[in-house]
Amino acid sequence: MPDDVRRGEGFFLPAATLWRRELVRFVRDRHRLLGAILQPFVFWLLLGIGMSASFAPAGMASTMSYLEYIYPGALLMVLLFTAIFSTISVVEDRREGFMQSVLVAPVSRSGVVIGKVLGGTTLAVLEGAVFLLFVFQLDIPVSPVSLVATVAFLFLVGLALTGLGFAIAWRMASTAGFHAIMNLFLLPMWALSGALFPLSGVPEWLAWVMRINPLTYGVAGVRHTLYLEAPELTGRVPSPEACLLVTCLFVLATLSISLGVIRRREGAR
Amino acid sequence: MSPAIAVAGLRHRYGDRIALDGIDLRIEKGEVYGMLGPNGGGKTTLFRILATLLEPTDGTVRVLERDPLRDAAGIRARIGVVFQHASLDLKLTASENLRHQGHLYGLRGRFLQERIESVLRTVRLADRRDDRTEDLSGGLRRRVDLARGLLHGPELLLFDEPSSGLDPLARRAMWDDLRKLRGERGVTVLLTTHFIEEAERCDRVGILDRGRLVAEGAPEALKRSMNKDVLVIEAEDTEALRADIEARVSASTVVVDGTLRIECEDGQAMMASLYAGFRERISAIRLGRPTLEDVFIRETGRPFATGEGGNAG
Repeated sequence: MPDDVRRGEGFFLPAATLWRRELVRFVRDRHRLLGAILQPFVFWLLLGIGMSASFAPAGMASTMSYLEYIYPGALLMVLLFTAIFSTISVVEDRREGFMQSVLVAPVSRSGVVIGKVLGGTTLAVLEGAVFLLFVFQLDIPVSPVSLVATVAFLFLVGLALTGLGFAIAWRMASTAGFHAIMNLFLLPMWALSGALFPLSGVPEWLAWVMRINPLTYGVAGVRHTLYLEAPELTGRVPSPEACLLVTCLFVLATLSISLGVIRRREGAR
Repeated sequence: MSPAIAVAGLRHRYGDRIALDGIDLRIEKGEVYGMLGPNGGGKTTLFRILATLLEPTDGTVRVLERDPLRDAAGIRARIGVVFQHASLDLKLTASENLRHQGHLYGLRGRFLQERIESVLRTVRLADRRDDRTEDLSGGLRRRVDLARGLLHGPELLLFDEPSSGLDPLARRAMWDDLRKLRGERGVTVLLTTHFIEEAERCDRVGILDRGRLVAEGAPEALKRSMNKDVLVIEAEDTEALRADIEARVSASTVVVDGTLRIECEDGQAMMASLYAGFRERISAIRLGRPTLEDVFIRETGRPFATGEGGNAG
């Protein structure tokens, strides 16, 4: 159903208002603000400190601590959690809440996706930027350029993850289903992205799983931007060009799927 | 004048389950039309089709002369929809919700502000505009939701179960709002309900049962069409009494909620004869005028179940 080509359907104003709503809600819900940072932080600290003594992944620079190694992965976990928090509301909103009134309004469906996903992404990047402050506790030689590049890349990954969350949430009948997907699909996707251990040194089949995992290029991309001033410390990861290309494709794919699921009216043949 | 809603041969199926089984419906502009039926009778399906959220399996639908399959946007711009579960953002205040709604319809600036003031006055909530909707009672929330549905000045209001979850006082207030709407703004209203009393307040009522429109008309006309009196009898053993009465007199009897209802031409004569014959077994007997419930029973052969169960269908 090509709803979007009709005259009289709004795009920018509805998208802007949906984006804004996302921010206002976030500010009014302080638990969310903290939760999305605290959990990855604790996880990062415990795992990083605990494993540092006994674990030195193959292909990792010998001077690097494990705490430092999993820092880019922890950063992406912040994005993942924020993306999930901001899209999980869609599950109930759509059937018995706010989203019902959006769907009966003369609003282009792409405007709804863009507004909602940009809103979630903005929050994800803000949370990511806060988490990025911990970088000064590590031995990473950052510069203003590398920090800006990192935030820009986080924005791309945030778009992809929020788009993914939206596409999943739209099809879910219950939030319990969403949690199941998160545990069975999203968290393993994160764990197998090079966040916890590098690609080199794992069995070949696992290496292939990691190679086709788009988030692998997200984590590697963050390594490239963080170590912009010391590229030799990134270890053996996909090239910056590959990271940028795959992540852009990841964004396009999740936004297209989101648009596909929202455009399909119930009962459509 | 062309009708606000015209539906012909409308069918809808969810897999194997038939939700709507051939509906023909015509609602004129300016009418308050009540779609009455038990839960699962097909009300919600019809509502979602008219609101452009669901594509029907078969049949033609015209809402304000437009086909929802071809011009959903044209319909969406001209209808207001109020769902059974308030579609508000509870973290936002009443006026923030309305501003948000206005933006969805392309309204902005001072014009939008004036519209917000106007609809808040219509639903008598001007003094609560800066309260977060999560802090409002169910009745007030529902009124904010109604204001939301009216903000862009729709020609047609689709209202799913207006008094669901409201106490009697809030229910009356909601109806005052609806009357005012029709009077002042000439809005056509289609509401769904499973409350007999609510249906009686509409200009016209359609009774929807198992996917079919089994009766339709003004409430008074429907009740008059019964052309009969109804006797309501309370007894110790209703079923046994019913069997004995049916053996004695020719009248249609049905047991509803433990009471025996008898339809007959001459209620007074029947009452006298039954009282003479079964005095010891009758604990109370009452002569009543037919209600829409009697119309439902006549058309379906079943009592009108008013369980608050699921709202599917």
